[in-house]
Amino acid sequence: MQKIVTLAAASALLVLSTAAGHAGTLDNVKSAGVVKCGISGSVPGFSAPDDKGAMQGIDADICYAVAAAIFGDKSKVKFIALTAKERFTALSSGEIDILPRNTTHTLHRDAALGIDFTYYNYIDGQGFMVKNSLGVKSAKELDGAKICIQAGTTTELNLADYFRTNGMKYTPVGYDTSAQTREGFDGGSCDVLTSDKSQLAALRTELKDPSSASILPETVSKEPLGPVVRQGDDQWGDIVRWTLYALINAEELGIDTTNIDELKKSSTNPGIKRIVGTEGTMGKDLGLGADWAYNAIKAVGNYGEMYKKHIEPLGLARAGSVNDLWTRGGILYAPPIR
Amino acid sequence: MAEKSKIPLHRDPFVRSLIVQLTIPALLIWGLYIMFQNTVENLARGGIKTSFDFLGEVAPFAIGFSPFWTFELGKSTYLDVFIIGIQNTILVAVLGIIAATTLGFIIGVMRLSPNWLVSRFALVFIETLRNIPLLLQILFWNFAIFLAFLPGPRQSLEFLNSIFLNGRGLYLPKPVVNDWSGFWVVLGVFIAGIVGTIILRRWAKQRQDETGKLFPARLVGLGGIILLTLLALLVTGGPISFELPALQRFNFEGGIELPLPLFSLWFALSLYTSAFIAENVRGGIQSVSKGQTEASEALGLPRGLMMQKIIIPQAMRVIIPPTISQFLNLTKNSSLAVAVAFEETVAIFAGIALNQTGQAVTIIFMTMAVYITLSLLTSLILNIYNRRVQLVER
Ligand SMILES: N[C@@H](CCC(=O)N[C@@H](CS)C(=O)NCC(=O)O)C(=O)O
Repeated sequence: MQKIVTLAAASALLVLSTAAGHAGTLDNVKSAGVVKCGISGSVPGFSAPDDKGAMQGIDADICYAVAAAIFGDKSKVKFIALTAKERFTALSSGEIDILPRNTTHTLHRDAALGIDFTYYNYIDGQGFMVKNSLGVKSAKELDGAKICIQAGTTTELNLADYFRTNGMKYTPVGYDTSAQTREGFDGGSCDVLTSDKSQLAALRTELKDPSSASILPETVSKEPLGPVVRQGDDQWGDIVRWTLYALINAEELGIDTTNIDELKKSSTNPGIKRIVGTEGTMGKDLGLGADWAYNAIKAVGNYGEMYKKHIEPLGLARAGSVNDLWTRGGILYAPPIR
Repeated sequence: MAEKSKIPLHRDPFVRSLIVQLTIPALLIWGLYIMFQNTVENLARGGIKTSFDFLGEVAPFAIGFSPFWTFELGKSTYLDVFIIGIQNTILVAVLGIIAATTLGFIIGVMRLSPNWLVSRFALVFIETLRNIPLLLQILFWNFAIFLAFLPGPRQSLEFLNSIFLNGRGLYLPKPVVNDWSGFWVVLGVFIAGIVGTIILRRWAKQRQDETGKLFPARLVGLGGIILLTLLALLVTGGPISFELPALQRFNFEGGIELPLPLFSLWFALSLYTSAFIAENVRGGIQSVSKGQTEASEALGLPRGLMMQKIIIPQAMRVIIPPTISQFLNLTKNSSLAVAVAFEETVAIFAGIALNQTGQAVTIIFMTMAVYITLSLLTSLILNIYNRRVQLVER
């Protein structure tokens, strides 16, 4: 019943927020003094509190960067933890301004849920974790298995597709949060746990006995994850999109937290000057101050620094992977800031 | 009549109340309609087209537990998901109501027992269960008790090589009819047994009223039913056989599977609600005047019989109304199921289907309609029963 109340409240919000939702998000954010940011709050590397209670991860960093770009102060963020099922209603009803909650870009979500995708902060794919005692070596052997899964995700859709394509059967055991999913797997309510691969590694380390389970080699889907905004406010979409682009471009141009002040003072490279705001009208074009990108990079570092800080500890190497820059064999490619 | 016609229309109480009673609902409906229009328009502006069309589309995800409906991945639609959700909600609600009522009555009577230990036990039971949040109790049964203590499929507890219990659920043999004509004979005998028992009981009651002699009609009837049915089974050569659950590579297949989440939810809902029902029962019993107890004691009735024949029937009229709302609460509380992966209406329809289709207005509307209908049906049935109990009293 609690869920119904939440959803009914969200629907009521939709009724009341006639215009508020769709235009003028930047003005709303400015008058509220904070960016309302929807995250999971329990996915290490993406969004999880550190031991001081501060939210950490590449999803959290997107919001810190946007807050810094707008206010020049990365602390002006209010994090709201959402389950997979709640997230889109929360965004379209105006409860949050940005949704960087390890959310996959798909056509249906983009075109039919009243939301818009910006770009990607991590490109992932779905995998399977199994108990070693079953002796399974490939996902193709999983016919007849019970599979723990988080409800309301692309994960459950890919799973259905994969088993249908391969003519296999399975029984889903669908939980609400990843903690419950992990506990279910640990306690033996299923044989297999499936999730985005970036999370399998972290989930495995949280098992009672991590060495009792292993991750199968198959990657069964494409999961481009990135921040999402409400449909219908293009200016706000541009701000979020170009803040992320700025972090990626900064890496490409060799701008990082250690040298950005130096570069701001003395760089003669016009590309760098446009990013740090000493040349051009980039900030003004977006409706922000000239040092929007400078503040964002200063707050969270360039994309490479973010990756190194949050994703590398999960044991996911970047060099040559899809998440590397296009100049190094990856597919991260941010359009030019000019 | 002549006097009445003198009253001007605007002061005629009948006309006035008619106008008021028509205007208020009209305003309410109009308000709701505006709200609905507004929501749909807002959603449309955000790119969400509200309609019922999605119900005919193939559901792109699987449902694990649908005992009364076939779910086939790639064929079944969102409408099937809706139907399965309702069925599972009703299943757990009915199971829960039966268990909670039985347990609630026992605990409620124990609460008033003259035995200190028994009444203390009932008190602790009630106070503990009533005061721990239900969600916590559901999680407790699922994760801390069942999953923690029940073994994996390979080490299942087994009875007679045909019933298996493990951390995934309970697996039972499934009856399969292999000779329909024989089956009808057996069924006929069984029904005849029940009818016979009813007649026997009527006769026994009449005899008791007339002569005061007791006859154990219930026991004799039950024995008769069992014996005759067994005999019919034997004569027809066993028209029913059983499909046994068998361990495959990962799980048991075949037979009837009752998944663990059903038990976690059922246990938690029944225990939690039984504590409230026990309090209703206690209140009901205490509302019966003490004279009744004294009178039946004077007659020399033993305590059990006194409860059954004198006190409880009179207490019923006080017990039933608040117990109806406990039944409704139980039904609504079953929506906490998603925490343990039980697939009822809120979990799979208002949860998964809403998330995958984005049809918030339609889906929430349909879900609310389900709960309202279930609540009204429960109240209706129990109110009819209540009226009968009340009349017996007068
Ligand atoms: N990328 C997928 C899955 C995202 C997702 O919610 N993943 C789960 C694990 S499979 C998660 O992050 N859970 C975290 C939580 O419940 O807080 C999607 O967009 O649907």
